[in-house]
Amino acid sequence: MESRRNPRAVVDPKVRQVGFFTSSQPDSSSTQQQTEPISASASASSPPVSTISPSGNSLSPVMIPPPRLNSSDTFPLRNAAAGATSAVSPSSFSYSNRRDFPDGSTTASPGRHSRGSFVKSSAPVASSLPGIGMDSMAAAKSSSVPASGLTTVSVVTMPPGLAENASGMEVQSDQKKNSKSLKEKTTKAERRAIQEAQRAAKAAAKADGGKVPPGTSASLASTSVKVAKPAKPSTQKNEVAVSAGVTEKKGGPSEKDRKKDAPHPRMQYDDESRVVKAKRRAVVKQTEAKNRVELFRHLPQYEHGTQLPDLEAKFFQLDPMHPAVYKVGLQYLSGDISGGNARCIAMLQAFQDVIKDYSTPPEKNLNRDMTSKISSYVSFLIECRPLSISMGNAIRFVKNRIAKLPITLSESEAKAALQSDIERFINDKIIGADMVIVKHAVTKIRDGDVLLTYGSPTAVEMILLHAHELKKKFRVLVVDSRPKLEGQLLLRRLIKRGISCTYTHINAISYIMHEVTKVFLGASSVLSNGTVYSRVGTACVAMVASAFRVPVLLCCEAYKFHERVQLDSICSNELGDPNAISKVHGREDINYLDGLTNNANLQFLNLMYDATPSDYISMIITDYGMVPPTSVPVIVREYQKEHLLV
Amino acid sequence: MPDVQSMVAEFVNKLRKRKIEGSQATAKCTVELLRSVISHQRVPHANQAAALIDAVKAVGQQLVAANPVELAVGNVVRRVLHIIREEDLSLTTAAMAGLDLLDASDDDDIDNCKGIGYPAMSAAVVAAAARSTLRPPSLQTLLEGTPESATVPYTSSSGADSESKSKSADKSSLTRKLKHDVIEGVNQLIHEISGCHEQIAEQAIEHIHQNEVILTLGSSRTVLEFLCAAKEKKRSFRVFVAEGAPRYQGHLLAKELVARGLQTTVITDSAVFAMISRVNMVIIGAHAVMANGGVIGPVGVNMAALAAKKHAVPFVVLAGSHKLCPLYPHNPEVLLNELRSPSELLDFGEFSDCLDFGAGSGSLQVVNPTFDYVPPNLVSLFITDTGGHNPSYMYRLIADYYSADDLVM
Repeated sequence: MESRRNPRAVVDPKVRQVGFFTSSQPDSSSTQQQTEPISASASASSPPVSTISPSGNSLSPVMIPPPRLNSSDTFPLRNAAAGATSAVSPSSFSYSNRRDFPDGSTTASPGRHSRGSFVKSSAPVASSLPGIGMDSMAAAKSSSVPASGLTTVSVVTMPPGLAENASGMEVQSDQKKNSKSLKEKTTKAERRAIQEAQRAAKAAAKADGGKVPPGTSASLASTSVKVAKPAKPSTQKNEVAVSAGVTEKKGGPSEKDRKKDAPHPRMQYDDESRVVKAKRRAVVKQTEAKNRVELFRHLPQYEHGTQLPDLEAKFFQLDPMHPAVYKVGLQYLSGDISGGNARCIAMLQAFQDVIKDYSTPPEKNLNRDMTSKISSYVSFLIECRPLSISMGNAIRFVKNRIAKLPITLSESEAKAALQSDIERFINDKIIGADMVIVKHAVTKIRDGDVLLTYGSPTAVEMILLHAHELKKKFRVLVVDSRPKLEGQLLLRRLIKRGISCTYTHINAISYIMHEVTKVFLGASSVLSNGTVYSRVGTACVAMVASAFRVPVLLCCEAYKFHERVQLDSICSNELGDPNAISKVHGREDINYLDGLTNNANLQFLNLMYDATPSDYISMIITDYGMVPPTSVPVIVREYQKEHLLV
Repeated sequence: MPDVQSMVAEFVNKLRKRKIEGSQATAKCTVELLRSVISHQRVPHANQAAALIDAVKAVGQQLVAANPVELAVGNVVRRVLHIIREEDLSLTTAAMAGLDLLDASDDDDIDNCKGIGYPAMSAAVVAAAARSTLRPPSLQTLLEGTPESATVPYTSSSGADSESKSKSADKSSLTRKLKHDVIEGVNQLIHEISGCHEQIAEQAIEHIHQNEVILTLGSSRTVLEFLCAAKEKKRSFRVFVAEGAPRYQGHLLAKELVARGLQTTVITDSAVFAMISRVNMVIIGAHAVMANGGVIGPVGVNMAALAAKKHAVPFVVLAGSHKLCPLYPHNPEVLLNELRSPSELLDFGEFSDCLDFGAGSGSLQVVNPTFDYVPPNLVSLFITDTGGHNPSYMYRLIADYYSADDLVM
């Protein structure tokens, strides 16, 4: 990654402006932060290896990497970049030093060190980083430094850079050995266990703490002592990160990084040992459903209704959980809040409450402590209901903001900043995005149209209501499906506004598709291969529509886009209450399956989502305009950074 | 006679009120009714076949009009008409042959025909030539048929013409014979209809392999028997059943399957696309099969067929021969469909004020169709009681069962 990024940054920073790039001018603090994480990653893995890193694909599609000036991984070039950054940054010297300092926390912000608090300790460690250059390249690029400035500066700073590199190599190899031996000794599971233990220890440790984490990590720490004495816990953590192959926080976060920030939504529930472990941690005591579908063993399925009373009873005694989060969790569990946007906003607002009531415990660091708090809340929410992809993105955003809080801010300032950030995310990325989508989509509705929609997508509802306000004459076909029958709610709201509707079930879709002129669908998420992950049945509707040559317009806010790819609806999904299938609400005459629910031969599968192949989608309407599904990866790559920055 | 009239009226009433569900039950009832119509029909001395045909046609028209969507009624009426024509023809040819041969051997010949049906006949050559032109010509008829072809015009138009011929053979035994033979033939048809499940189920073992995952939809007894037959042969496989809202016949099927010990998973209809990628075969029972190979099945079938096509999953249709309809469909989704009550979809109380009752006052319409049409290009295979067939072969199969004169009743 470094080598590719390198020339781009130095030689033609302007190319970046071509193509799908929105001008994001990060402030100086973000530039600084950007540089930092690399130090960790670079020290961890040797530079050539790191080309594999996913951040390598941050290359813009329209750009051909220019030929390198000299052999790319020679240090001077990198140092040049390093120099460039330092030239750009106001506090060039301490900055470059700080950059080298291996960061102590896995999740918390790098920025907190940057303001000189660690300058004295950083000197010896500084040398450990041959990779700085790359990072600083990125920094240079994002601040769009003129090329001429770069060259001159690089000349000036070259000698110190060389020196750094020389010593850095040594350290690096040392560390590599460590990590390698670690890898050899431990199995993957063991390593993960180690990592988890260390993370826990870290959360407990103070920012400056010289405490040696317990257990397996002790040996690690001891090896790292000779490398970087003053920052004992932090180097050790670095190595942990290495062993897991995870590059720790970066200003413009690499893909891997982002994945890490977002809580992993997909624990595989067929892995017994992990399930047991997760259960031990769980706040929500869930009874696992016994009679499960073989194909979906990897997904959690619980007996519904068993957890709620228990949790409600505990409402007043559960101190570690913030009441706002607790409330949202219960609402998820009971199904009171559903729908991607509603869930996401509820969660973010709960986090706002959390932040409002937050006070940093003594001897703890706000960034780290709050991140770990949020993480614990998130895992509680996951226990209540698996996160949607959009929520994962939002959580990633929140954590990123926390991580990037400048260390200089006082606690109250930091809290205010975070709250306003979250507010902005809700307003811009969710509510504002919906408004833009409505504006775009309404242009596609003409008089006499017959529009079909499925389920109860909020964006589509807004579009229909807005089009109705514009006095467009159209008819709506509401297609619904069991067991949620959300379409009835939409139907009621549309009828109240005087829109003429036709209601039917999904089975009858081929019957009514003849008269339809456009299909409007919502989505839970759009994945980067163009697959639309949405309410189960969306794929059927889109398929039938495309079989009848009816255009399918998909409305989805861009914050729901995700770089994950998926081919089927099996690998990742959510299972609903199986009993909702055996019992037909409001139809007492349908009772064939009463008393058979515990039969070993009979299972009920209540899938919540399905994956619609991109070839059924004519167009995706998003806040960046109307794009074909093939443009999704472009948006994901080019705008994800912006999401995180807002 | 009056009791037949009242029976017909009663059955028409039932059909009209949709009291009889399922094409097999309807078909069976129809044949039994027609049998009693035939047996009660007083046959004139001359032109008996025409009289029978007229009687059956008259009743058939009433039945078809009572429920035009239930194609099995029309199919069965046509089958009975075909039987009458065939029997008449075989008698005529036998009589002709009898004229040529000795009078004494005549009776034996006809006994033969009655016993085995029509295949073995003394005057095979004449019969083959005289039978409907749809019949494939055998090499023998091609070789020897040229002089006999002159007989085709008057024998094939049955009724009046043939009657003039058979007038010479005005034995009283012959007049009884026709009715007797027709009733025999109808009995055979009843037997065939009630036995079609077993016939189809026998082939199950050739189509279902170990560990197969089968998706089905709606509740069809044919499918149930088919799957159970495979299960009895110790095949182990699992079945996904789409529940088939709003009638939830999938629940019914699932219950039966579980009772027979099959691994069953009930899924929602919306999950059909999600699950089809893990399914090896889709098996459905047809409501009717059209002459072009298109299928009318329970609502939602087209969706499943499209999904199966997308994932290259074989889409197999089980259909007894009484479901083969000799008509070519035009806009079958609408014309051969039936809309059921909205109360199956919506709570009447909640939405009654905004429902559009045709007066144009309300703004809400509810669509609840019963059937779905699958075009032939989405069907991989038909399994009928005579074996497996391609969709493109259906028209030919149908030609065996119906005579061209009856296509329009």
